[in-house]
Amino acid sequence: MSVAALAQPRRRAPPRQVLVGAAIILTIAFLALLGNAIAPYDPTAFAVRERFSPPSALHWFGTDEFGRDVLSRVLSGAHYSLAIGFGATAISLALGVPLGLLAAFHRGAIEAIIMRTMDLLIALPPILFGLLVLAVTPPALWKTIVAVGLVYVPILTRLTRSVALGLLQENFVQAARARAEGAISILAREILPNAWPPIIVESGLRVTFAVLLGSSLSFLGLGAQPPSSEWGLMISESRQFIDQAPWIGLAPGLCLCVLLVSVNVFGEGLREWLDPRLIGRFRGPS
Amino acid sequence: MAKLITQRLLGVIGILLAMSILVFCIVHVLPGNVAYAILGEYATPAAVATLEARLGLNDPLIVQYWHWLSGMLRGDFGQSLVMERPAAEVVADALGRSAVLAALSFALVALGGVLLGVYAATHDGRASDRFLTLVQFLFIAVPDFFWSILVIIVFASWLHWLPATGYVPLAQAGFWGWLSHLVLPVLVLASGLVAHVSRMTRSSMLEVLESRYVLAARAKGLSERLVLRRHALPNALLPTITILAIDIGILIGGVVVVETVFAYPGLGRMLVFAIEHHDLPLLQAGMMVVTAIYALANLVADLGYAYLDPRIRFGKAAA
Repeated sequence: MSVAALAQPRRRAPPRQVLVGAAIILTIAFLALLGNAIAPYDPTAFAVRERFSPPSALHWFGTDEFGRDVLSRVLSGAHYSLAIGFGATAISLALGVPLGLLAAFHRGAIEAIIMRTMDLLIALPPILFGLLVLAVTPPALWKTIVAVGLVYVPILTRLTRSVALGLLQENFVQAARARAEGAISILAREILPNAWPPIIVESGLRVTFAVLLGSSLSFLGLGAQPPSSEWGLMISESRQFIDQAPWIGLAPGLCLCVLLVSVNVFGEGLREWLDPRLIGRFRGPS
Repeated sequence: MAKLITQRLLGVIGILLAMSILVFCIVHVLPGNVAYAILGEYATPAAVATLEARLGLNDPLIVQYWHWLSGMLRGDFGQSLVMERPAAEVVADALGRSAVLAALSFALVALGGVLLGVYAATHDGRASDRFLTLVQFLFIAVPDFFWSILVIIVFASWLHWLPATGYVPLAQAGFWGWLSHLVLPVLVLASGLVAHVSRMTRSSMLEVLESRYVLAARAKGLSERLVLRRHALPNALLPTITILAIDIGILIGGVVVVETVFAYPGLGRMLVFAIEHHDLPLLQAGMMVVTAIYALANLVADLGYAYLDPRIRFGKAAA
C-alpha cells in the first residue's frame, strides 16, 4: 500500500451520513447546553400528588416515582453521556497518540515497555477495567470518564504506532532527519499531520463505545450517582417501576438510542469518507 | 505448531501473572485502607485493627501478595467476606451458570452472524440487504441494558410469555422452566453481537467474492452454491474468527450487565455484588477467573486462526 495515499486525504464532500450524524449530535449538545434553561419543570422538584403520571400535555414524558418531570430530567442529564463519550475519547487520544508515536520513534526498550503495557491493558475485558477502578474508590463521573478513556488507550496506541512506523520510512521523514530536526519536531511536524485520518476515524468509532460503556457503568451504579439524571442511571432506577410506569425508563433509553445511533452513523460515515481500505489495513487486532 | 502453542501459553501465563499484580495493587495500594472499605467509614479503630490482623494486612505487601498468589495456585482463592464461604466455591457456582448463558449466546452469535452476513453479501445492494444493514445499525447501537428492559416490558409484563427475571436450577424446575429463564438474557446478549459479526462477515465475504479464485471457480462452471461453500466462505471466515474473539470481551461486559438486570446469579452478578458489598477477596478471585477466561479465549482464537490459515507467519504478527 502506498503511504502517499495517506499523505493526501481525499478532497471530496463528506457523505450524507457524516452530516446527518453531526447535525443530530450538535442538536443534542445544544439541548444539553440549554438543559435546565428550557426544561419545563425543575428536574429535582418533588411533586407527590403527581407521582407516576403517564405522558400528557403537561408532562410530555410523564413523571417518575417522586413526581419529578421525566422530560426535564432527561434534558438535564443529556450532558453526562456527551461528556463521557467525548471526554473519554479525548483522554484515549491524549494518551494513546503520544505513546504510539514514542513507540514508533524509539524502537527498542521504550517501544517494548509501551507495547507490552498495552498488551496487558487490552488483556482485561473492557468493563472489568472500569469495574476494577470504580470498585475500590467511591464512584464519581470523572472517574468513569477516566476509566472508560483508559480502556481505549491501547487501541489508539497500536494504531498510531503502526501508522507512524509506515510514515517513518518515507522520504520526507528521511529529509527531515537529514536536516537534523529533533525527535519532537519530526513527530509533531512530519508524522502527525500525515497520520491523522486513521486516528480520527478510529476515535469517531470509539465515541460510540465510550458512550455505551459509560452508561453501562452508570447503570450498574458505578458512574454518576443519584440524584443526578444520567440516562443509564435513570434507566437503572426505573427498573422497579417497569410494570407500573414504563415511560420513566423508556424516555431516557430512547434518547440514549438516538444519541448512540447518530454517533455510530457519524463514525461509520467518517470511515467511509477517509478511505475505508486504509483503515482496514491499519486497524490490526483491537 | 507445538512451538507456537507453547509460546502462546507462556504468554497467557505472563498476562495472568501481570494481571494478578495489577488486581492486587489496585485493591491494596490505591484506595488506602481495605479494612475501612470492608467495615464502612464508621468502624471503630479496634474493629479495624482486629480485621487487619485477621486478614494479614499488617504483613509487608509483598508477603501478602505471595500468600494470595500461592493460595490461588493451590486452588485457595481466599474466603468470601460476605458469603462466609470459600471464594473458589462461590466463583465456581456462578461460573457454571454464566457459562451456560455465554455458551448459548455465543453459539447463536456464531451461527446467526455468519448466516446473516453471507445472506447480506450475496444479496448486496438489494432491499433485503439494505433492510438488514439498517436493523444491524440499530442493534449495534442500542445498549444491552436498554434491550433487557424493552424485552422484559414486552415479553414479561405485556405478553406474560416468559418470566421477567431470576433463575431456577435444571433439576428443580425441569427443562422448560430452566430454559424459560434463559431465553430473554440469551436473546439480549446475542442481539448486538449478531449484528456486529454479520456486518464483518458481510464485508469480508464481499471482498472475497471479488477475488480471482472465485472468478476462476465460477468460470469452471461450478454452481454458485458450491462456489460459496467451498471457495468463498472458508476464506471469508478468517476475519470473522478474530471478530468473534474480540466479541468475547464484549460478551463478558454484556454478561455483567444482563445478569444484573435479569437477576441471574452468574459471575457478572457476583462481581457487581462483590463490589457493592466490598467483598474484596471475592472480587479478586472473580477478576482473575474472568481475565483467565478472556486470555484463553484469545489464545484459542489465535491458534484457530493459525490452524486455518497456513500463510500466517507468527514471527511478524506480534503487533
